Amino acid sequence: MLKSRIIPCLDVEGGRVVKGVNFVDLVDAGDPVEQARVYDAAGADELTFLDITASHENRDTIFEVVNKTAEQCFMPLTVGGGVRTTDDIRKLLLAGADKASINTAAVTNPEFVKEAAEKFGSQCIVVAIDAKTVAPGKFEIFTHGGREATGIDAVAWARRMAEYGAGEILLTSMDRDGTGKGFNIELTRAISDAVPVPVIASGGVGTLDHLVEGVLGGHASAVLAASIFHFGTFTITEAKKYMNDHGVPMRLDGI
Amino acid sequence: MKVVVVDYGSGNLRSCAKAFERAATEQNIQADIIVSGDPKDVSSADRIVLPGVGAFADCRAGLDGVPGLVDAMVNAVIKNAKPFFGICVGMQLMADVGREFGDSQGLGWIAGEVVAIKPTNKELKIPHMGWNNLKIKNTHPLLAGIAADGHAYFVHSFQFVASDEKNVVAEVEYGGPISAIIAKDNMVGTQFHPEKSQGLGLKIIANFLSWKP
Repeated sequence: MLKSRIIPCLDVEGGRVVKGVNFVDLVDAGDPVEQARVYDAAGADELTFLDITASHENRDTIFEVVNKTAEQCFMPLTVGGGVRTTDDIRKLLLAGADKASINTAAVTNPEFVKEAAEKFGSQCIVVAIDAKTVAPGKFEIFTHGGREATGIDAVAWARRMAEYGAGEILLTSMDRDGTGKGFNIELTRAISDAVPVPVIASGGVGTLDHLVEGVLGGHASAVLAASIFHFGTFTITEAKKYMNDHGVPMRLDGI
Repeated sequence: MKVVVVDYGSGNLRSCAKAFERAATEQNIQADIIVSGDPKDVSSADRIVLPGVGAFADCRAGLDGVPGLVDAMVNAVIKNAKPFFGICVGMQLMADVGREFGDSQGLGWIAGEVVAIKPTNKELKIPHMGWNNLKIKNTHPLLAGIAADGHAYFVHSFQFVASDEKNVVAEVEYGGPISAIIAKDNMVGTQFHPEKSQGLGLKIIANFLSWKP
């Protein structure tokens, strides 16, 4: 049977790994390629780089990071952050990424998702959705690191993105991101149940139970976390065994 | 040994080539891994790898778009029996026909058709994406040293339905059985991505590189 996936995420700025709490107070903590290798050896099911480099002149650093990672890690690699044109995607894929994650550009120009999926295939187009609960059972899309409301209903948006050819949805609970309080399970379930494509739950993981809840309660196909792995709170191996022991079948080969 | 990863504008050839390089190095296999769409390279190759992502029809059109490429492949693989490894849509292209966005002709090397995955359980997501465990149906040198029930990384919405089940080396379960490894004579193909399947994938690649069909 198909197993649930656990995906460590590395936030990269100017070629270095950082991880923010609620997207501020960044702490520099290491070389992304080294980190990727550690996660690969630990049996991570996939790896995601989120490029948060703001300045234009440093943007090319991500290609070098992806390039070096692809030489050493033989698992699926997704890269997001600043993906705005089909040329951005082409450069990432050529550097060795398997999937590109589109966030803001999807909101400002939804047709871009369609164009990207037609050009490269749905299998390599992930649409990242940042959403919050705005009223009971009502979820809205936010952009700019959760600061700007868009008025767009998250469930309708996710459906539209899947129709436009997104092969996967990366859903971040913006009201939970960086808090360690767990995913927004209501939001995750609402989106997962609404779309035919896999949903990756992200944002707010603090304990291993949160990972289990993301799949069992949120109906996510995969769970993404950064801090708990990056700062060594838990290892990938611990997380996979814990999930497997708590009702979420995981791939345990080689760990 | 010259191994040519066929470049016809589909997919991430660099990570595929890197995985073949790593697998060769780990097993002490002397191999030059070359990414090329030049029919001359295909003709002089000792082994041929055909990757492929996206839609069947697009990949077929991509192959046909390179003058002389299909002829060079047919000559090398069918006439001269060079070992051939198709990956994902590269495997599907060996079928007679692909039924994605209308019918398109496959290479017709292994009898069968490529059709949409239609899981009996409607809750299952499409694409079939992630790690699934292989169920071995027929022994094959490609599987040497591969643990029973080992996991490989899949991402696809269409599947190869082989006419002759003896060509199905391994399956996975996803709302019904799906071909995971197809083989016939000097040809093999995996629906999953060995270049993304960590240790299991590298082992399968190494097995291909030392395979003497």
